[in-house]
Amino acid sequence: MSRAAAIFSGPLGCILPAFLLLAWSGFFLTAEDQTSILLSLLSLAGFLLAAVRLGWVNILREAIAVQERLWDACLITIMLALMILFREDHYNLFLLGTIMAYATAVLGLNVQLGYAGVLNFSCASFFGVGGYTAALLLSGTDLPPLLALPLGGAVAALTGCVLLLPVLRTSGHYAALVTMAFALLFRVFLDVSEWFGGPQGIPVAPLTIAGLDFSQGILWGDAEFSFYLKYDLLLLLVLCLAYSITRRLERSWIGLALDAVRSDEVASACFGIHIRRWKITAFTLGNFLSGLAGALYAMMLAYISPANFTFADSLLFLSILLLGGIGNIQGVLVATVLVVIVPEKFQVIQEYRYLIYSALVLLMIVFRPVGLLPRKPRAYTGSPA
Amino acid sequence: MDLLLQYCLNGLMLGMMYALVAVGFTLFFGVLDVIVFSHGDTVMIGSFAGLATYWWLHSTYPGLPAGWAVLLVLLAAAATVALLGIIVADAMIVPLRKGPALNTLLATMMLGTVLRESIRLFFPDGSNPQTFPALLPGWSWRGGNLILRFDNLVLFCGGALIIFLVHMIINRTRLGMAIRAVAQDEEAARIMGVNFRFVVLATFALGSAVAAFAGVMNGMYYSEINFSVGLLLGAIGFSAAVIGGLGNIYGAILGGFIFAFLQTIGAVAIPFASAYKDVFAFGAVILIMAWRPTGLIAEPSSQRV
Repeated sequence: MSRAAAIFSGPLGCILPAFLLLAWSGFFLTAEDQTSILLSLLSLAGFLLAAVRLGWVNILREAIAVQERLWDACLITIMLALMILFREDHYNLFLLGTIMAYATAVLGLNVQLGYAGVLNFSCASFFGVGGYTAALLLSGTDLPPLLALPLGGAVAALTGCVLLLPVLRTSGHYAALVTMAFALLFRVFLDVSEWFGGPQGIPVAPLTIAGLDFSQGILWGDAEFSFYLKYDLLLLLVLCLAYSITRRLERSWIGLALDAVRSDEVASACFGIHIRRWKITAFTLGNFLSGLAGALYAMMLAYISPANFTFADSLLFLSILLLGGIGNIQGVLVATVLVVIVPEKFQVIQEYRYLIYSALVLLMIVFRPVGLLPRKPRAYTGSPA
Repeated sequence: MDLLLQYCLNGLMLGMMYALVAVGFTLFFGVLDVIVFSHGDTVMIGSFAGLATYWWLHSTYPGLPAGWAVLLVLLAAAATVALLGIIVADAMIVPLRKGPALNTLLATMMLGTVLRESIRLFFPDGSNPQTFPALLPGWSWRGGNLILRFDNLVLFCGGALIIFLVHMIINRTRLGMAIRAVAQDEEAARIMGVNFRFVVLATFALGSAVAAFAGVMNGMYYSEINFSVGLLLGAIGFSAAVIGGLGNIYGAILGGFIFAFLQTIGAVAIPFASAYKDVFAFGAVILIMAWRPTGLIAEPSSQRV
């Protein structure tokens, strides 16, 4: 091991990359004109390419594997630092919130598809079930508003139960059709249903926790911080929760059982793994996470309509998962950031963004089907995980 | 009574359209075991290609008889779309088929978006619905409240003829025998000297040409085409092929008519909200899948361990 590698396998190996990441994202998010945005994207791409060539990525991977808590703390610090940096900037805080909500939903999808191998083409629909549940609960009932979050998840999970029978009985393309049909059905249903506001959608009352109104900005001395800051903090909390749940699930014996179910149903059944039980668990847990994220996202948006939860959005979630590398939850985080931020910042391509984005995903599936950060096989020996 | 009959006639037209789309899905699944989800957008491209051809014909040969115009529009649309199908198959679907099925499905969904967005952005005024010309004479026969339109009758018979032709190609020609052989066992077919690549590309050309007919039919039936129609048509065609049982052409035709029947039932039987007809139809599809997990005409399959 060279001297440099020895230094960077310590805490510095996590802290320095985290600092670079923070500096770059701070610059990228504040960049206004298109040339500097393009330049910063190109410099990032060049830097990453160099990092892969020079083996820095492997050093970072090692460092993260050894000091995982430190790396997680670094990521949370980056998020908090960005929030503090943009405390008065509605737009960037909203982007950060969107990233965290989407990441939580995709973590749910990851439990389904990445671990248990249950296809779900209606992730955005469950995201929407959570959102509409929150909207109806906050405006129609006197329940404590915070309860709308877990209830949004729970209703999404319950809605998923309707699909359980066909999802369990079918496999492959037939299973894909079931969830796809549900996604289309859900969108049409919202569009024509008067009760859910029809195509115009419905307003979502702001969250209040213990008298703290989330739609009001925070007064701090002379400055007034954006109200999105509160939602971002809550979203960060939810994301951390979802992240640690999925991580722990992956490393537990349950994760092992889910992996077995995904890899080979017949073989795992022969070893006494209850396939239905684990598929149901994964599907329900995933829908719960998506619904939870959707409820909070709806509150942040303050107004939701069927157009937020279309089949195309389900595809967006799926392609985030595929882009990051199916099953790798750190890949999910990276991919969400890329998919949400880049089109938003690139106003030049605004009109063409769906075209460019779908063409890019298409090219990636053809040329690098494993995603940016493919999941590594389980390590049973060597570095402690 | 007349109203019910009218609904039935409309349902039959829709069913024929869906069956034509579903036949493509099931053909592709037969030879390559893949779902080409962009097939719905292929249909849409077919109708736009037909429209462009009509515009060109209309400006260059204004006095062309209607029969020739229809034929040329159909041929041009079929040729364009068949070429597109061949390119897509050769560049994307054949290389991807060794990977997980999900990747192909997702890749073709993305391709669908690419096609849709290309039409929206690059076709003249593509983001708005386009008026499709009435190429056939608008005679109609009226009995009570029942209206039987001549052009619809022609379209229906044309669709039936196309399906019959596909049936003949699959069952009575050497190419059809090769397609069936590849569908049954790719390796054995190769050993027997079947040119695999040619068969796959020919299948894609055939399926796409049928889709082009469905696209022109769609345009003439609604006298309007829209870039965004591909997603729903793709989902419907996929549903129809799956309800019938993937890989089975007759199943796909049956599935197409069943889906149209479900939509019609949804529109007739739910009087308070005919807008729910798609909810009803897709809900019924989910139920059918729960009841018969591999479609009504089940795929003969056994799992080897």
